[in-house]
Amino acid sequence: METKVKVLDRREGLYEALYVPAILEAFRLTIHHFLRNLFGKKDVVTIQYPEQHRRIAPRYRGRHRLTCREDGFIKCVACYMCEEVCPAHCIHIEAGELEDKSVEKYPVVFDIDELRCVFCGLCVEACPKDAIRMDTGIIAMAYTERDRFDYTRNLLKDAYRENEKTKFKKVPLPLTEEEALPNSVGIIQP
Amino acid sequence: METLLNPYVQALIKIVVIVLGFVMVTGTVLTLMERKWMSAVQDRIGPNRAYFPWFGNKKIVLHGAFQLAADGLKSMFKEDTVPAGADKAIFFLAPYFAFFSAIVVWAVVPFAAPIGGVTFQITDPNIGLLLVFAVTSLGVYGAVLAGWSSNNKYAILGGARATSQMLSYEIFLGLSLVGVFMVTGSVQVSKIVEYQGTYWFGDVIPKWGIFTQPLGFVMFFTAMVAELKRVPFDAPEGESEIIAGYFMEYSGMRWSGFMLAEYVGIVGVAALTVTLFFGGYHVPWLHADGFRLFGAVLPLPAWLVALLQIGAMCAKILFFCWFVIILRWTVPKFRFDQIMELGWKKMLPLALANVAVTAVWLMAWDALQK
Repeated sequence: METKVKVLDRREGLYEALYVPAILEAFRLTIHHFLRNLFGKKDVVTIQYPEQHRRIAPRYRGRHRLTCREDGFIKCVACYMCEEVCPAHCIHIEAGELEDKSVEKYPVVFDIDELRCVFCGLCVEACPKDAIRMDTGIIAMAYTERDRFDYTRNLLKDAYRENEKTKFKKVPLPLTEEEALPNSVGIIQP
Repeated sequence: METLLNPYVQALIKIVVIVLGFVMVTGTVLTLMERKWMSAVQDRIGPNRAYFPWFGNKKIVLHGAFQLAADGLKSMFKEDTVPAGADKAIFFLAPYFAFFSAIVVWAVVPFAAPIGGVTFQITDPNIGLLLVFAVTSLGVYGAVLAGWSSNNKYAILGGARATSQMLSYEIFLGLSLVGVFMVTGSVQVSKIVEYQGTYWFGDVIPKWGIFTQPLGFVMFFTAMVAELKRVPFDAPEGESEIIAGYFMEYSGMRWSGFMLAEYVGIVGVAALTVTLFFGGYHVPWLHADGFRLFGAVLPLPAWLVALLQIGAMCAKILFFCWFVIILRWTVPKFRFDQIMELGWKKMLPLALANVAVTAVWLMAWDALQK
């Protein structure tokens, strides 16, 4: 069996043994960076996290959201597909009916236990109606106040808009696409 | 002036102004500056979020200047833990050892030429630098005692490394300065600095230590960085192998004592380097009565000369503080055995050769003068 051996060209001799030329070269580099970042064009890669958000890929699996139909009602038909497929058993749905016959069935309760969720994305794949997505771009659900740790997250109450202007009075309606995707667009300035 | 204040009161005033007014402030600010400067070297921003909450809703951060207050408050209110089985008396005393040796250097550093009986130097003993080296060598006791009293294997490894490192650098540290002593003909600090105010070739090139003893400077600076126990000679701390080395069991304000001793030590090393090799308080071509170069004269009053000298001294010290800190982010650390090899096999013969060549050169120079 042939082993892969990479022979490095090691420079030897007095010039290398002195250390001093190598150290001077290193100083050139560090002082160059020092001066550029303090006085010249800054080249820092830091993102000021709570104010700025990192640009994340559209396919990143972040916090869940429910999507809405063209007339504003939620797409979810309470078919329990996501609840069945969920390997962590973290989704809880209770179905209900409306008098309006354009809505056959809808979820009265749609809870996700975010602490049990493993963010595998199977609920998104299982959904026949494209009703649940994980594209909000919210990657950290950490808060400084206890009250906000709403970890059995009721998606029906999660960032929903008023629904008084529509014909569906009983159910809160999801945000529109533009409003629902705050963080997946790119770095957001404070 | 002598009638007004007796020498002890004068010395006390100087101690307050120099140590509290300059050294402690510079050392404290350096703890923040190191973090900002290393961030700049590494293309980062560094601490920039600490702010006081009582200035309304606007967060004033001043590029992280309040981080100092945050760090200080935090370490003051942290619990001062003592490990089980520690030797308590020595455990509590060790930070003071470290701090003491870092601060004693300032007893002999002159900040300006004396004017009319007032010296800008706390004291000027005729044993001068020998005193400094006697006391700064004690600094290693801080590390050794801290490591030994902590009752922790990593800590005692750090202490042992500090000892062996001291044995490696201390000899060529002393020998690197023998050349300076021979050239200036004194170990008294004021005499050494005075000598560096003279010139070669009429009035052109100052006889700074860097020109008379370039090799001595390299060795002295190497040894001083080793004494600070900073990268590239940070084997006693050995972040990557022995966590924090000798002071890993310390917390709260005692830990801060070690850190502050390190940064005050940086300022001290910078001051010694400037004093011995970069002309001390001398501004090139500035004499007691003003600038003189190639016969052109710019007369200045004595107080302005003193102010210029103090300013030059502080500027030089700050430059070398910066240099020591940038050095940490430039040079990779030496392994434990490499430090010994460097000290004993490379620097010691080099230092001896430097002394011999200096001696021969001085003899030949004297013979030529006659």
